[in-house]
Amino acid sequence: MLTEMEKKIVRELQEGLSLERRPFLYIAERLGMTEGQLIDKIKEFMDRGVIRRFGATLRHQDIGFVANAMVVWKVGPGRAVEMGQRLADFPEVTHCYNRKSLPDWPYTIFTMVHGRTEEDCREIARRMSEATGAGDYQVIFSSRELKKNSMKYFV
Amino acid sequence: MDLDKMDARLLDYIQSGLPVSPEPYREMASVLDTNEEDIIARLRRLIDMGIIRRLGAVFDSRKVGYTGTLCAMKVPTDRITEVAGIINAFPGITHNYLRDHDYNMWFTLLAESQENIGAILDEIRKKTGIADLIDLPAEHIFKIRVNFDLSEE
Repeated sequence: MLTEMEKKIVRELQEGLSLERRPFLYIAERLGMTEGQLIDKIKEFMDRGVIRRFGATLRHQDIGFVANAMVVWKVGPGRAVEMGQRLADFPEVTHCYNRKSLPDWPYTIFTMVHGRTEEDCREIARRMSEATGAGDYQVIFSSRELKKNSMKYFV
Repeated sequence: MDLDKMDARLLDYIQSGLPVSPEPYREMASVLDTNEEDIIARLRRLIDMGIIRRLGAVFDSRKVGYTGTLCAMKVPTDRITEVAGIINAFPGITHNYLRDHDYNMWFTLLAESQENIGAILDEIRKKTGIADLIDLPAEHIFKIRVNFDLSEE
């Protein structure tokens, strides 16, 4: 859990870094701390994994990855961990999760697959299936983005 | 897209990380063999062009203390805009996609507790009148590739 002060720091940092020469100084002043203290705190957050990455978030459509598919796999609970790991190892997979199954939803492993085209994504899924033996899967494309926002914490 | 070699090098560099130091743009300039003004001007242009969505910290929602889930709903095609409006109005909804499937609306939800998640989903069911909503929380995360921003859940 984060302390109240740490929550305040998250709240400021999530607004992003400004393009001033000393962007941390500006944020530190708003928090009533020194630039050095804030920088140390950011490094501590990175060590603790609270900050996963400190860098740029790009709009991926603009860097050539036009198609993305959610490929879902029907994998029994006994094999979920092994299979999840193997599917995650494919370089085209950006995200891989094991989720609970429901009577109406038997697919437990979710992979996000990125390719240049939809056919590319289908081909990648085929290769993943052949290599791992994970047979029962669906390739589900998105047809429209209805919302995509950075999360605002503690607001 | 009108990017020169320096833009490409800059994008490459900042995807993996920005220097966490008092003058990050000056430090980047010295690594990339240019000057601070040039770095700042290029970043501003890349942000204006929409290629960079944001600069700074990407948080791990779980370590921040939030809990998340992925949900899917069966929404009649003539109600897509209306239902998306109801769902997207909740601040914890970070992504919402229309997908080619019977379950056609897929959204991610973050909240401060499991109880909050349950309450928001109940409200979504009530406001939309659609009971066909599945809640698929992650039990295990195998991979989140960090230089993509698709999922923060």
